Amino acid sequence: MAESKGVMACIEVSEGKLAAIATEILGCGRKLADDLGQELSAVLVGSGISNLVQEAIAFGADKVYVVDDPLLQDYQTDSYVSVMEKVVKQAMPQILILGQTTTGRDLAPKLAFRLETAVSLDCLELAIDPDSKRLLQTKPVYGGNAYAISTTECNPQIVTVRVKAMTPLELDASRQGEVITIDAGLDPSVIRTKVLEKVKEEIEGVKLEDATVIVSGGRGIGSADGFKQLEELAKILKGAVGASRPPCDNDWVATGLQVGLTGKIVTPDLYIAVALSGSSQHMSGCSGSKTIVAINKDPEANIVKRARFAVVGDWRKVIPSFTSKVKELLAG
Amino acid sequence: MNIVVCVKQVIDPEAPPASFKIDATSNKVVPPAGVPPIIDPYAEYAIEAALRIKDALGGKITAISLGINQLRDVIKKPLSMGTDELVLLEDEAFAEGDSWSTAYALAMAIKKIGDYDLILCGREASDWNAGQVGSGIAEILGLPSVTLAQKIDITDGKARVERVTADGYEVVEILLPALITVSNELGEPRYPTIKGIMAAKKKEPIIWKPADIGVDPAQVGAAGRRTKTLKLYQPVHEGEVEVIEGETAEEAAANLALKLREAKIL
Repeated sequence: MAESKGVMACIEVSEGKLAAIATEILGCGRKLADDLGQELSAVLVGSGISNLVQEAIAFGADKVYVVDDPLLQDYQTDSYVSVMEKVVKQAMPQILILGQTTTGRDLAPKLAFRLETAVSLDCLELAIDPDSKRLLQTKPVYGGNAYAISTTECNPQIVTVRVKAMTPLELDASRQGEVITIDAGLDPSVIRTKVLEKVKEEIEGVKLEDATVIVSGGRGIGSADGFKQLEELAKILKGAVGASRPPCDNDWVATGLQVGLTGKIVTPDLYIAVALSGSSQHMSGCSGSKTIVAINKDPEANIVKRARFAVVGDWRKVIPSFTSKVKELLAG
Repeated sequence: MNIVVCVKQVIDPEAPPASFKIDATSNKVVPPAGVPPIIDPYAEYAIEAALRIKDALGGKITAISLGINQLRDVIKKPLSMGTDELVLLEDEAFAEGDSWSTAYALAMAIKKIGDYDLILCGREASDWNAGQVGSGIAEILGLPSVTLAQKIDITDGKARVERVTADGYEVVEILLPALITVSNELGEPRYPTIKGIMAAKKKEPIIWKPADIGVDPAQVGAAGRRTKTLKLYQPVHEGEVEVIEGETAEEAAANLALKLREAKIL
């Protein structure tokens, strides 16, 4: 059997363009490939996606494998696993990176078990061990209370990386690369599922998962009315409102706003946590935020320890003053 | 409908963060004193999904759990919620596994249970957050799978599954037998009833050892791992926080806004 070599990024397309996560995994894949002194390839799987090859190269790929087939229009586990199995067996990468998206988190494990190798999902850091040259895979566990670094002897070493955890390269249109077209060769009978319908849920304002700013409230907010003040602040910051579990359990806000282990996992640039203690279950949903700001009357609250900035005080006093100052700063 | 649901006993993720400790020499989490373990919250959604199907169509639900030191009062919760049987893969040989060895042992046990139409798992477990045992079981058993279900309807040997996506959901039809992982969007799991708790007290779990499911102990647990945990550690957060001061709470709040502006966060 040929030796496994090189880093491969399985990149996703969103509305006819490379998804942001695709450029992020190309960025981290490039670094790993350079550390190994090997090449970075990208895989584009879909229907009518061949036009994105140059973009994948411009974001760092040395080589792009393209599998373009009408049967690959929708993501379906069976068809994508089968195609990726074929690509991996042909290209023999030693590392395969996917995004931790609805597609990646479904595809990566099933592909790993098909290829009889191991996978780590939701990695925040990837590095090459200087001695063993194996991939060090760092991921949050116990809802973000701990991080685990793991490694495997199996190839390819498959990982998914969390959205926004990696930095893309600057687009360089002058980069050159090789394109390899692979025939999907799909037998439709291997596809044991059918996508009947795709439903987009209309959400007023900004969606939690997309928000760059989130103002989240906890038990201390005390009522549905209290959340109106958080909504006002969120609106000024062009952000979204979130909540820990108690406000959802008490119907102060919709269940869909819950951030946490059993709610949404969010990664905004700014997470303003108001009157919430920062339980592990909540932190697991927001620990990927770039900057956490805590507003809490208890200086010992876990959220204060986890924050970059904190104001210790009653939110009823803090929020109105903070909101008006923010308004003033943004206007000026 | 015969349904198998995979469940797991975990350290309570709602335990106070200060009680979370790691033993650095063994790379393991020290169970917090005074906080009993619970059934993994994600697995409870899978149990709830199974119960809803049974409510609609009848049938039998078998819960299965792999692990050692499983407290009977805790691990019997699926029974008290309404499942019919509980199978425990309880043996030192099953312990300290990774997703691969765990999925393999569960798949072999499910094969032994046989006669299933549907296998349900939580979308991940709240301890290792690996999120791959469900898909692994499906692949080992050669079954189709759908992950992240928020609703499951069964008709004519097929399941119609609402699968959570980034901006809503998609409706996927899948042929049975199949494996489906269930997400929290399904809605709150039911509480055990008094009747359920009484029934669970009388019911004894079925215990299987490696030989019972026809596996070599070298393929399961620690011996069957494909990954190695090099380090488990708590990220350091202490000392990073800057508490913004002010004469009054209002002033501190205004200073916070200025600080965020200065740091180019606003």
